[in-house]
Amino acid sequence: MSETNGKILSVKDLKTYFQTEDGVVKAVDGITFELEKGETLGIVGESGSGKSVTNLSVMRLIPEPPGKIVSGDIVFNGIDVRKLSINEVRGIRGKRMAMIFQDPMTSLNPFLKISTQLMEVTRLHLGHSKKEAYDHAIKMLKTVGIPDAESRVDSYPHEFSGGMRQRVMIAMALSCDPELLIADEPTTALDVTIQAQILELIKDLRTRMGTSVILITHDLGVVAGMTDKIIVMYAGKVFEQAPTAELFATPANPYTKGLLKSVPDPAHEEGTELYQIPGLPPDVAHLPPGCPFAERCYRAEDICRRDFPPFVQINANHHSLCHFAQEVYAESVAESENGKTANIQMKINE
Amino acid sequence: MAFLVVTLTWGLIRVAPGNFYSSEKKLPAAVEANIKKKYGLDKPWYEQYFIMIKNVAQGDFGDSLRYQGQSVNEIIWRHLPYSATIGVLAYLLALAIGLTAGIVAALKQNSPFDYGSMALAMLGLSVPNFVLGPILVLMFSLGLYIFPPARWGGVLSLVLPVITLSAVYTAYIARLTRAGMLEVMRSDYIRTARAKGLNERTILLKHGLRGGIIPVVSFTGPALAALLAGTVVIERVFAIPGLGNIFIQANLNRDEPLVLGIVAFLSILIMLFNLLVDISYGFLDPRIRYE
Repeated sequence: MSETNGKILSVKDLKTYFQTEDGVVKAVDGITFELEKGETLGIVGESGSGKSVTNLSVMRLIPEPPGKIVSGDIVFNGIDVRKLSINEVRGIRGKRMAMIFQDPMTSLNPFLKISTQLMEVTRLHLGHSKKEAYDHAIKMLKTVGIPDAESRVDSYPHEFSGGMRQRVMIAMALSCDPELLIADEPTTALDVTIQAQILELIKDLRTRMGTSVILITHDLGVVAGMTDKIIVMYAGKVFEQAPTAELFATPANPYTKGLLKSVPDPAHEEGTELYQIPGLPPDVAHLPPGCPFAERCYRAEDICRRDFPPFVQINANHHSLCHFAQEVYAESVAESENGKTANIQMKINE
Repeated sequence: MAFLVVTLTWGLIRVAPGNFYSSEKKLPAAVEANIKKKYGLDKPWYEQYFIMIKNVAQGDFGDSLRYQGQSVNEIIWRHLPYSATIGVLAYLLALAIGLTAGIVAALKQNSPFDYGSMALAMLGLSVPNFVLGPILVLMFSLGLYIFPPARWGGVLSLVLPVITLSAVYTAYIARLTRAGMLEVMRSDYIRTARAKGLNERTILLKHGLRGGIIPVVSFTGPALAALLAGTVVIERVFAIPGLGNIFIQANLNRDEPLVLGIVAFLSILIMLFNLLVDISYGFLDPRIRYE
């Protein structure tokens, strides 16, 4: 892959809009990011910030109409995904890039056996015979840690618990040994102990199979432990982009700082309120001309409401969309030197 | 359940004014008394009821009052084939056209086909079959001379009654299928199927159809019974000697055993088809399979 310089995925100025009765919703509005082979990227943001739409765009799974990829480049292993015919896209989906969805309770077909659902992927993409596909299905179930796989392979989804179903989803996604795995909030619908198991599983499989992973979540705790770099999204835009450790230690965007402060701290003083960012995410159909976060930002000044902020480069890998990026960054650096962010540092290192 | 229906019907016939013997010509009192004695009508009503229930429980509805010497069962079995032929054909036609139109309309949502077929379905639902029948007869029999306008005889004579009878059900099934498919095709597991790289055909037939037609299935059981029974009007319009026609005659004649027999027969049919539907759910949806 010399022509792609080890890049598995490169998204450039992606814009995906939805036509609604309420006007054009700019769900994703100019997203740019790159993913190296074997790397894990975290995409963080509140509900409606465009995380899922970004990745559905990469898979060309945006329902059209009402959605449409308006402009931008999506290059996957040197292939321009946007230029492919729908049949060519199908050849990639499930084989070279696979996806795990948020709700394992509804993402598996309730009418079909697990074996049927697992087998159809490998029969389609790897040309397996029935027997091969069946054996492979059992092997995959074992890989994702489903006990007694031989007898459970012919069960229906409703006979599994939520965590087990998500394991089945992962087994299905990894059946063809894809180069890229997109996990769209894979643990949101699961309870906490199961969350940890599923994340551990994804982490382990990523290392064993050398898969690149995009992990979408609104939970900073989830991305902290297992990503190489993070994109923070807000209102369809990238607000901040940095290597994981750096983002946690020295955020250069007020929104990121707000998110970090919102993570409940075990040392939280009893009786005091938990921090939350004031206000609600904006209506992306009617965005103001200035910074979409200005109304909720502790640092906003007149210029923020008037002019759209620049995408400021802090250093080689660290960018922030803010009029005051440098100042916020300097603040963070000062704070981290004072040890105020020590507990966050601890979280990363654990 | 069947006995409840029989009891109700029996009661209603009793409560309704007049009986088989109240015609224009008054019977001599002695003759009337004799007849009443023969059919046990001189006994108190509760005794009559228990005799009736006892017989019905044994599948015996007695003889028709109008058609002397013919048992109700004989009459039902003789006329059933006509109604059954039309009913079953209309059912198959409604399923074939309704399902196809519904699926295509759902896949091509908001296309001209979608709007056209759904408008047609709305029309089919709105036009009663005793209006549709004569209109079809007018067009195809009296206008174009393609199909015979009435009576039983040959395949051609079946065409118009079957179309007329199936129209409402075709329309209903088409709308149910479309709604069911639209809902399923938006579900998460269809998105999963797309993410697996399956083509639309496989997604539709293997992943979508089962969930999409469940509302249709729950409709088709009662619909089949209703089709067999619902030929009443159609048989009248097209002069077909089926069960429906006999049923109307029986009612007009106040032929109590025959009315009772046909009502009981149809109610059992409806229950039977509902049972079949419940069983077929299990095949379609593993979640409600009986373990």
